[in-house]
Amino acid sequence: MNIHEYQAKTIFGRHGIRVHGGKVCLNPTEVGEAAQELGGRVVVKAQVHAGGRGKAGGVKLADTWEEAAAKSEAIFALTIKGLPVRKILVTPAVDIAHEYYAGVVLDREAALPLMMVSREGGIDIEQVAAEAPEKIIKTHFDPAAGLRPFQARQLAHAIEPDGSKAVAIAGVLVKLGQVFLDVHATLAEINPLVEMKNGGFLALDGKINLDDSAVALRPDLEALRDPESVDAHQEKARQMGLSYIPLEGNIGCVVNGAGLAMATMDLVKHFGGEPANFLDIGGSSSPEKVVAAIEIITADKNVRAILFNIFGGITRCDHVAQGIVTALERLKTTLPIVVRLTGTNEAEGREILNRSGKAIFAATMEEAVQEAIRRAGIKA
Amino acid sequence: MSILIDEKTRVLVQGITGHDGSFHARAMRDYGTKVVGGVTPGKGGTRVDDMPVFNTVAEAVRQTGADASVIYVRAPFVPDAILEAAHAGIRLVVTISEGVPALEMARVLKEIAPLGTRVVGPNSPGLISPGKCKIGIMPGQIHQPGHIGVVSRSGTLTYEMVWQLSAHGLGQSTAIGIGGDPLIGTGFMDVLRLFKADPKTHAVVLIGEIGGTAEEEAAEYIATEMGKPAVAFIAGRTAPPGKRMGHAGAIIARGKGTADEKIRALERAGVPVARVPSELGPLMKQGLARR
Repeated sequence: MNIHEYQAKTIFGRHGIRVHGGKVCLNPTEVGEAAQELGGRVVVKAQVHAGGRGKAGGVKLADTWEEAAAKSEAIFALTIKGLPVRKILVTPAVDIAHEYYAGVVLDREAALPLMMVSREGGIDIEQVAAEAPEKIIKTHFDPAAGLRPFQARQLAHAIEPDGSKAVAIAGVLVKLGQVFLDVHATLAEINPLVEMKNGGFLALDGKINLDDSAVALRPDLEALRDPESVDAHQEKARQMGLSYIPLEGNIGCVVNGAGLAMATMDLVKHFGGEPANFLDIGGSSSPEKVVAAIEIITADKNVRAILFNIFGGITRCDHVAQGIVTALERLKTTLPIVVRLTGTNEAEGREILNRSGKAIFAATMEEAVQEAIRRAGIKA
Repeated sequence: MSILIDEKTRVLVQGITGHDGSFHARAMRDYGTKVVGGVTPGKGGTRVDDMPVFNTVAEAVRQTGADASVIYVRAPFVPDAILEAAHAGIRLVVTISEGVPALEMARVLKEIAPLGTRVVGPNSPGLISPGKCKIGIMPGQIHQPGHIGVVSRSGTLTYEMVWQLSAHGLGQSTAIGIGGDPLIGTGFMDVLRLFKADPKTHAVVLIGEIGGTAEEEAAEYIATEMGKPAVAFIAGRTAPPGKRMGHAGAIIARGKGTADEKIRALERAGVPVARVPSELGPLMKQGLARR
């Protein structure tokens, strides 16, 4: 789960990493008031779950509160990587002496957290990673004990020749490691970590992505969710225990299992169709989930046919078929429904679908995809 | 032959009295797995059908000689369940449960490393050596005994691929789902090494998906050391970058972990990649013929 910069900074602050808290504003008037209160030069920053905010025009300096309010109008009108800007963070501007990078990810292959630092912080860090990887210094650390102070010092002295500055940076790194473990981050990043002209170090930006599995178990992390920052249908799907991602096409897909769902999308494209979505209905065949899946998919006016690809192993095909029939009885739709059911009680499942007259049965994944594409092409 | 499990494996079900645990304990037993008992704290002394329930894994091991376990408990209790099994001397712990935070897995794997326990999963459908032993939730009836080793990150996509193989008369030595999470106890490399060492596994099917670089590393191993034919399938060729497609592990981040990169790496390593599921059988037959 993504969280906003202002939320990441609050978490950093609680762990003793220096930040400028700033104020979160919902409209230009609030921006003006916040800027007035702070006084002096401010930065006005779009709060969206996307990178490249600066390049998209979502981060602006303002010398006066009027300028801050005026610039925020343009930012509130922006959509950055498909996300509309609904919140703006106003913070004091900082005189920067140097920008560093510090970030933590979970290294899958090593099964350990990895701390990465660089002297070349700022917006081009991805270029640094690509072109000069030796400028990024890394170390794994213990997932229970955290980044040890000696490890932090090794990293800091490698990127900062001034001894006392390096010691200060090392202090920040230990705390960043602690943040990563405490909130079950998959990514916790300070870019840039700035040395200010008048001394001291500050996290000028913060990015934290949370492990969804941890969010499900931790109410304090769940409280950070911003339902406005995702598509309403995606949020509804999530609450129903479905995994849904809207796409651009006209073949709605409902599949049990993420790998099979991706393979189904791939197959639709292979045969010349366009998937309208990714949707993993998971291991349960309940009518409620099927109803929710069909509701979410049919809300997309582009959809011309719905394809179910269910490999029922332990999940029984007759149960799934009954779920589909019940759902279609509740939710009248004129869209063609193609259903592939394979596995336990497959024959019974087909019988239920055929008797209902509401769905077209297909024996294999490829047949189902091709039939759905054909039906989507038929004029209504 | 097979890897990790066979007709002699003695299996404990952790969480046996729960809804999923009891259902699958019965299904595994009915398949022919030696389910010697189960563990639910507080329910020791009871039975699920004729399968005895114990309070602790240690007690269960003492009484039954179990050497493998399968975990069906809810996510918050999984780390402790793995630790309990490892400390009780269980050599193979198959974790079906999903929703286990990655950091918890990192901590557990580090703690049990000195004990030599093999953990499969979490978020795994399990593994099956057809005709001998099934530890997990896969439909036994689509599997056939044979000589193809199957290793996959997926659940139902694995069944689709096994179904394709069986339909072409290509039975399986062992089919193992390593799980869809980013941090797992057993990876492609671990399984490939086991398949390499198994005289009755003649060829391998690798089923991957977007996210991470495990398929690329596997490709390297197959090219340089495997010595047996392999065919692959990679899901997610059409997945847009930066989006999480269901599995926690399946994210394409910052340009790495795309399906195309994996397919390129595998093809460069001489591993044909099926473009659609129905290509798998014919490609495998070609690979075996060249053996």
